[in-house]
Amino acid sequence: MHKPINEMKPINEMKIEFLSKSSNEAFARIVAAAFVSQLDPTVEELTDVKTAVSEAVTNAIIHGYENTTGYVTMICRLYENSVEIEITDNGKGIENIELARQPLYTSRPEMERSGMGFTVMESFMDKVEVYSEPGKGTTVKLYKSFDTKR
Amino acid sequence: MKGRSGVEFKLSNRGNTLIASLAGELDHHTCEQIRQKIDARLLGSSSKNLILDMSKIIFMDSSGIGVIMGRYKVLQNIGGKAALVCPQGAIRRILEMSGVSKYVPVFDEIDSAIKYIAG
Repeated sequence: MHKPINEMKPINEMKIEFLSKSSNEAFARIVAAAFVSQLDPTVEELTDVKTAVSEAVTNAIIHGYENTTGYVTMICRLYENSVEIEITDNGKGIENIELARQPLYTSRPEMERSGMGFTVMESFMDKVEVYSEPGKGTTVKLYKSFDTKR
Repeated sequence: MKGRSGVEFKLSNRGNTLIASLAGELDHHTCEQIRQKIDARLLGSSSKNLILDMSKIIFMDSSGIGVIMGRYKVLQNIGGKAALVCPQGAIRRILEMSGVSKYVPVFDEIDSAIKYIAG
């Protein structure tokens, strides 16, 4: 039986910080994908990771910092056949995490946001955890294991 | 039109249908300019229908869904129709998962989208 991911020791880890600029959304997902490539995922698995990272980083920029300037931190931990990606902002925080995770819910309807960010993350990753404190910031943890049978 | 932003788009008209052909990556960063250009063309001309050709989009997150639903609402206000062109793959998966394809029909090829708009 596999140990839960938080009891395992990563085989590799990286941490980057970047400004909450929308041009860094592509930067973050490309960096994450490049790092995760070490595990030899399929193209589809890599697209899933890129999409989920893009959602989490966009949330940090739009909702966490509300388009003001701050740092977004991304930590990626690689295990034998899985990845854990942690995306943190020190922004506004989320008052009601359960509500924020509902499909179609958006706190910024005027921005034409679809409210599907967390739903996309949940669909493309195995597990999504959200930790947040109003006024302090938010951490989103994304987990995904890769098919090792191929 | 190509900027440093990672998305290219071309707007053309076919009768009263505006065809926006998009290529590259569609995220929160690149969506804004697309939204503005399409709305300017829709509201400043006789176009009342829109086909978004996404066949050459190589990445899209839920920001793209926001743009599509936003344009759908604009077209509803002017009494027009919208259609999407997107082959099977990761982008199509997001369109279907988000439910946007229930409002704006998705076609594999542009000819089918044109027929739908005409019909």
